[in-house]
Amino acid sequence: MTRFRVAVHIVPRRGLLDPQGKAVADALHALGFPQIADVRVGRHVVLETDAADRAAAESSVRAMCGKLLANPVTEDFEIASVEGA
Amino acid sequence: MKFAIVSFPGSNGDYDAWHAIADQLGETAVYVWHKDHDLAGADVVILPGGFSYGDYLRAGAIARFSPIMREVAAHAQRGGPVIAICNGFQVACEAGLLPGALLRNASLRFVGDTIRVRVESTDTMFTNRYERGQILRLPIAHGDGRFTADEATLDRLEQNGQVVLRYVDAHGDANPDANPNGSMHAIAGVISERGNVLGLMPHPERAAEALVGSGDGLALFESVLAHVHA
Repeated sequence: MTRFRVAVHIVPRRGLLDPQGKAVADALHALGFPQIADVRVGRHVVLETDAADRAAAESSVRAMCGKLLANPVTEDFEIASVEGA
Repeated sequence: MKFAIVSFPGSNGDYDAWHAIADQLGETAVYVWHKDHDLAGADVVILPGGFSYGDYLRAGAIARFSPIMREVAAHAQRGGPVIAICNGFQVACEAGLLPGALLRNASLRFVGDTIRVRVESTDTMFTNRYERGQILRLPIAHGDGRFTADEATLDRLEQNGQVVLRYVDAHGDANPDANPNGSMHAIAGVISERGNVLGLMPHPERAAEALVGSGDGLALFESVLAHVHA
């Protein structure tokens, strides 16, 4: 077994109202960044996990996202990185 | 009749529920701890309001894995009534006992207020003591109450008559200003497809006697009583 550090991005599903993202976008516009078209605020979760290899580490974290880390009704997730810890 | 009230770490509506059941309804209320493995032989389960596990990760996301939730799911599977209030509603959605999810209020603000909801359906075990179209005044206290589901789910809820309570104004109209959290279709309360699990953001247990400002919530518990005795 090797230890891996797996990072996951979890964001509100596109098309659903994200009031936090909208508030941040409004603030950025007010600060002089009119080029901002959309902001979505989510979570970044970093897990350290033991696995046989990178693929196993990634697939186990995918399963964790499906069961707990992301809400399948309202959120999307993507594995941002898998590195040796 | 016995009501089991589940206490999670962070629940704060459990005593309100106990008071409504024991003192106002005059039935038996028992607390069950989230680590318990049985429901003490209760006929009805109440998942109360609060902030179980500090709302960490998502409201209700951790509580849904408490040992007692296995028993609550089995009770619901048997057709037993479950009343999931506020944080309890969030837990029930996370647990898959009810469709949809409850997201951050569109205003981004915590809302503590007394609002109005319209009773959309009275042929349920939770609303048989109300009139269809009746307007209830009930307190709300939540930061994550925006009911959200995909279009197909919303259509199904509407067609099956699973939308039980909707936020309305004093005239009974579901206009956007009367919607305190931006819920889709102004949904304040839904029942499961089978009809035995109710989730609602307003607090009927905090409106069970006129002394506290509204007694409109008591008939919800009386409805369950009438149903079980029928």
